[in-house]
Amino acid sequence: MTITKANDGDKLTLTLEGRLDTTTTPQLEEELKGVLNDVKTLVFDFGSLEYLSSAGLRVLLATQKQMNQQGSMIITNVNDTIMEVFEVTGFVDILTIQ
Amino acid sequence: MQSIVVSAKIEEMNKVTGFVSEILEANQCSMKARIQIEVAIDEILSNIIRYAYEGKTGDVMVECDIRDGVACIRFIDSGIPYNPLTKEDPDVTLSASEREIGGLGIFMVKKSMDDLRYEYRGQRNQLTMMKRIV
Repeated sequence: MTITKANDGDKLTLTLEGRLDTTTTPQLEEELKGVLNDVKTLVFDFGSLEYLSSAGLRVLLATQKQMNQQGSMIITNVNDTIMEVFEVTGFVDILTIQ
Repeated sequence: MQSIVVSAKIEEMNKVTGFVSEILEANQCSMKARIQIEVAIDEILSNIIRYAYEGKTGDVMVECDIRDGVACIRFIDSGIPYNPLTKEDPDVTLSASEREIGGLGIFMVKKSMDDLRYEYRGQRNQLTMMKRIV
């Protein structure tokens, strides 16, 4: 998985490319460590993300919980396969998907 | 029927996914079914890796067979007896703060596969999943 970060003031955009699964999730956790402190808006661009497993859901939930305390988190460009995962697991009601 | 044996380690997961995907692609598997099967392999295998051998090393055999457009994938390990299908489904209506993440993986597999079966036979856990691929 490739992760690209873009900062714009207090907005941080992370673009994920590839697969967010058990083997790649630690990479995202590592990237998120310490970078969210001054972030008010966190955007995940999933346009090039092929799929995610429950390991990916776990880190999204933890990050959503943190962002609920300090601002907002938005997920954009979600493909049909990933949207189905969000629907089945009830994550559509937890996440902000645009 | 083809099979692969790997150590129950995270680093080995891509070998199993690659092994199954190659068979699926050779059998005109739809992209959606392939992705759902790859996610299911991630969920099942990561459970086995985390819990089956209680921190010790062990092997996992994965068998894959395609018949009449249906993929049959079986995970066999000789770890502690554990039937993941008896795990209670998570409450998917809770809010972020109330949520605990446990059980979501196997729940996703139950929802995306057509059939799942567990057997403990010859002192081995055998979990079989079936999915129509065309």
